Amino acid sequence: MGLEVAANRGATPKAEILAGSPLAIRGMTVSYGQKPVVFSVDMTVAEGSMTAIIGPNGAGKSTLLKAALGIVQPLAGEALVFGKPLRSARHRIAYVPQRASVDWDFPTRVIDVVLMGLYRELGLLRRLRPHHLEKARACLKRVGMTDFADRQIGQLSGGQQQRVFLARALAQEADLYLLDEPFAGVDAATEKAIIDVLKSLRSDGKTVVAVHHDLTTVRSYFDRVFLINTRKMAEGAVDEAFTSENLNQTYGGRLATGQIDQLELAAG
Amino acid sequence: MFWNALTLQLGYNATLVTIGATLLGIAAGVTGTFLYLRKRALVSDAISHATLPGVGIAFMLMVLLGGDGRALSGLLFGAAVSSWIGLLCVSWLTRFTRLSEDAAIGAVLSVFFGFGIVLLTVIQTMGAGRAAGLEGFLLGSTAGMLFNDALVIAGGGALTLLAVLILRRPMTLLAFDPEYAASRGINVGRMDLVIMALALAVTVIGLKVVGLILIVAMLIIPPVTARFWTERTDHMVLISGLCGGLAAWVGAALSAFAPAMPTGPIIVLTSFALFLVSLLLAPNRGIVAVYLRHVRFQRRVHMRQGLLALAQGQPIYEGFTLRLLQRAGLSQADGVATDSGRARAAKALRDEKRWELVRADQAFESAAALYDGLRDIETVLTGDQISEIDQRIGGPQGVAT
Amino acid sequence: MSGEEFVPLSLTPMLIGVLAAVACALPGNFLVLRKQALIGDAISHVVLPGIVVAFLLTGMVAAAPMMLGAAGAALVSVVMIEAIRRLGNIEPGAAMGLTFTTLFATGVLLLEQSDTSTVHLDVEHALYGNLESLIWLDAIGWGSLLDPVALAGLPPELGRVVIALLGVCAFLWLFWRPLVLSTFDESFAQAMGVATNRLGVALVMVAALAAVAAFDAVGSIIVIAMFICPPSAARLMTNRLEHQVAWSVVFAVLSAVLGYVFAGYGPLWLGFGNAVSAAGMIATVSGVILAFTACFAPHRHRSGAPAV
Repeated sequence: MGLEVAANRGATPKAEILAGSPLAIRGMTVSYGQKPVVFSVDMTVAEGSMTAIIGPNGAGKSTLLKAALGIVQPLAGEALVFGKPLRSARHRIAYVPQRASVDWDFPTRVIDVVLMGLYRELGLLRRLRPHHLEKARACLKRVGMTDFADRQIGQLSGGQQQRVFLARALAQEADLYLLDEPFAGVDAATEKAIIDVLKSLRSDGKTVVAVHHDLTTVRSYFDRVFLINTRKMAEGAVDEAFTSENLNQTYGGRLATGQIDQLELAAG
Repeated sequence: MFWNALTLQLGYNATLVTIGATLLGIAAGVTGTFLYLRKRALVSDAISHATLPGVGIAFMLMVLLGGDGRALSGLLFGAAVSSWIGLLCVSWLTRFTRLSEDAAIGAVLSVFFGFGIVLLTVIQTMGAGRAAGLEGFLLGSTAGMLFNDALVIAGGGALTLLAVLILRRPMTLLAFDPEYAASRGINVGRMDLVIMALALAVTVIGLKVVGLILIVAMLIIPPVTARFWTERTDHMVLISGLCGGLAAWVGAALSAFAPAMPTGPIIVLTSFALFLVSLLLAPNRGIVAVYLRHVRFQRRVHMRQGLLALAQGQPIYEGFTLRLLQRAGLSQADGVATDSGRARAAKALRDEKRWELVRADQAFESAAALYDGLRDIETVLTGDQISEIDQRIGGPQGVAT
Repeated sequence: MSGEEFVPLSLTPMLIGVLAAVACALPGNFLVLRKQALIGDAISHVVLPGIVVAFLLTGMVAAAPMMLGAAGAALVSVVMIEAIRRLGNIEPGAAMGLTFTTLFATGVLLLEQSDTSTVHLDVEHALYGNLESLIWLDAIGWGSLLDPVALAGLPPELGRVVIALLGVCAFLWLFWRPLVLSTFDESFAQAMGVATNRLGVALVMVAALAAVAAFDAVGSIIVIAMFICPPSAARLMTNRLEHQVAWSVVFAVLSAVLGYVFAGYGPLWLGFGNAVSAAGMIATVSGVILAFTACFAPHRHRSGAPAV
C-alpha cells in the first residue's frame, strides 16, 4: 500500500523537501492484530548522521525499521529512501537484522554469509570472481574476523555472529545502514569494534540508524536520537532531544531517577 | 434406513462398532487437544505410520506360532509396540542429533511405513489369501468385522476415554502453562509421555476403523475446530471431544448403513465440514468476523491520523484517509476541514496532549499501558482525572472538548 | 548377472528409482532446512485425490491428465495449507495434517464411489507404486542402449522422471542464491528485495513436480522418504550447504540402488521365492543410512553457540 501511494505522489512539494533525507517516514502505522505497535510515526533521518532509535521494550522500535524496509506491511503510511520509493532505492540500504532472527545451525561458513551481502551485485547467476571474495575478506577484516572466514557459523559466539552480520552489511556498500539492536548481548570488545566501524562509516558520509537499548552509551555513540513509544516522542540532536523530560515521557516513569541522573542529559 | 444406523438399529456388530468409534472419536478429540496445545499435532502422523511394521511382525509371529494371524488384539499389540519404538526414534533424533522435530517425524514415518510395506509383501508370499485383511489397516474397514473385533474396538474406545477423563486435569494444567504445572509438582516430561501414550492408544484402536493414514485426522481436526470457539483450555477440550465424537458417530453409522461408504473418509470429511463452518463463522476468530474487524480497525486508524493531520494543519496525502474524512463530512474534497471536522480534529489533538501527560506521569502507569493511539481517553480515566489533566495542560487553548 | 537379463529387467526400474530419488532429495534439502519437511508428506498424500479426479474427469488412465491432476492437487493443498494457516491463525503442522487427511479422504471416497475397479488404479498402487513392472522389454542386452528401435520402447515413466529431474536442477541452479538467502535469513532477504513468499511457494511447487513424476513410477512412500531421509542424513555429514546437497544425492542414489537390489535379490539370497516391495525397501535403506549417520556422522550434534 505504502509503495503505490509513494509512487503516485512523485512530485508533491513534500517529497521535494524530503528528497535529501536518506530515510523519511510519514504517518507509519503498523499493527499486530488489533493493537498498533507503531502509530502514525513520522521520522526524518539527517544525512551523514548516526541516529539511535530508543524506547522501552515493545515500543515498536524494530517494527518501525521493518516497516521502513517493507518487511512488515504497514496499515498506513510510507517510507521514502533518498526521496524515492523503497523499490527503486533498495540498493542504497544495508540492513542488519536482530541476531536471534536466524537459525545459526544453518550449514554455511562465515565467508558465505558475508558474500550474501553481494546478492544485488551478483544477481541470480553472475559468477563469483576473485575480487568478490577479496571484497568479502576486506569486510571481515574491518570487523576483525579475518581468521574466522572458513568457520561454520554455528561455532561463533554471539559477538562474533553480530560482527559477521555487520560485515555482510558492509559488503553491500550502501549509503544508509539500518541496524536492529546491534549491541544486544555482545561482548565489550565486539561493541567497541562495531561502534568503531559505524563511526568510520559516518566519517565517510554514510548514514547510520540503529535500534538501541542502552541509554548510558547513547551520548558517546550517537549524534541524534529518535524516541518512540508507539508514537514518536521526540527527535533531534542528542544535545537537544535526549532530555530527562523526553525520556520520562517515553518510558512513562519506568526509569529510576538515579538512572536518569547518570546519563549526562542535555538540559531540558 | 440411515436413521436406523444413527440410532443404532443395524445389528449387534454395527452397533458395537458405532459406539466404539464414537467413544474413540471423543477420546481422540480430547487427546488431540493436548497434542495441539503442546504444538505436536504432527507427531500423531509418525505414530500412525509407525504402526504398520508392528502389524506385519505380529501377523508373522502369530502364524509362526500356529495361530490364525488375524486376531485383532494381537495385531493391535504389535502396532502399539512398533509405534512406541517410532516415537522413541523421533525423540532420540531430536534430542541427540541436530535434526529438527519435523525432519525426525518425516523420517520415522516414511521409513517405518516403507518397512511395513516390505513386511506386507513378505506376508503375501507366505501364502495367498492369508494376508487378506491386513490392507484394511491402511484405510480401515469395518465391513465383515467379527464380533470379537467389534468388542475390542468398543472396549478399547471406552478404556481410552476413561483414561483421558481421569487424566484431564493435569493435562489441562500442562497444556495451559507448563512452568506452572511443574511448580505444582507435575512431572512435565512424564505427562508429555502420557499424552503421547494416549494418542498412541487412540491410533492403535482406531486403526481398524479409520485406517492408519486417516487416523491422524481424528487427532488433529477436532482440536483445530474447537480452537475457533473458545479461548479457554477446558472448553476447548470439551468442544473438541464433542466434534470428534459427532464425526465418528456419523461416519461409523453411515458406513454401517452403506458398506460402500468407507468409514475413515466419512469420519474425516464430517470432521472437516465442522471445521469449515467454524473457520468461516466462529464469532471471534472466524474469517468473516476477523475481516470485518480488520476493516473497521483500518478505518479507525486512518480516521484518527487524518484528524490529527487536520488539527496540525498538515496536508493529507493518502487517498483512503481523505475519502474517509470526506464521507464523514469532516473535510472537503481538497482536504480542507469542514466546521465539524475542525471540532473533531481539535478534540483528537487535545486527547493526544492528554495522553502525552498521562504517559509521562508515573501515577497513571496502568492507564498509560493501555495506550495504542486509538483508545478514547474517556474509556481509561474518570472525568475527574481528565479534568485534573486538563488543568495541567493549562488554559483552554481554544480547544473545544 | 548378464546384460541380457539385467538390461531389460533391472536397468530401467533401477534407473527410474535412482532418478526419482534424486529429484525428490534435491528440493528436500531446502524443505528440511526450512523446517518444512512434512510438506513433502502432505504433497505425496494429496497426489491420490488428484489422479482420481483426473480419471473421473477424463475417464481414462493416461499419464498426461493424471500428472496434471496430481500437480493440481499439490497446488490446491499448498494453497489450502497457507489459507488455513493464515486465515485461521493455526500452526503450520496442524494446518498440514488437516489438509492432507481431508484431501486424501476425498480421494479414497471418490475412488470407492466410482467405477474404477476395472482400471489399474487403487490406493495400494498409489502408496507403493510398482517400480518392478517398469521393465524394458525391447532390450536384449547392453547393445540395446544404442539401438533406436529398442530405445523407443523404454517405459514412458523414465522420460517423465528425467524431465522432472531436469526441472528441479534448473530451478535450483537458477534460484540458488535467493533460496539460500531466504532460507537462512528471511528478513534480510526481504530487505534485499527478494520476494520470499513467492520463492517459498515456487520451491514447494517444484517439490510437487518431483513428487508427481516420482509418484507415478515409484509410489508415494518413496517420495516422502526421499524428501526427508537423504537430506537429513546429509546434514549430519557436513556443515556446508553445497556439500550437504552433494551428500544427499549420494545417499539418494545409494538408497535407490541398494533398495532395489535387496528387494529383488535379498529374498532369493535368504532362500525365499519371491521379491519384496522395492519401494518399501528403498525407503527402509534410506532409513538405515539415516540411522548410521545419526550414530556416527561427523557433524551429527548441534554446534550452536550458547544462547546469550
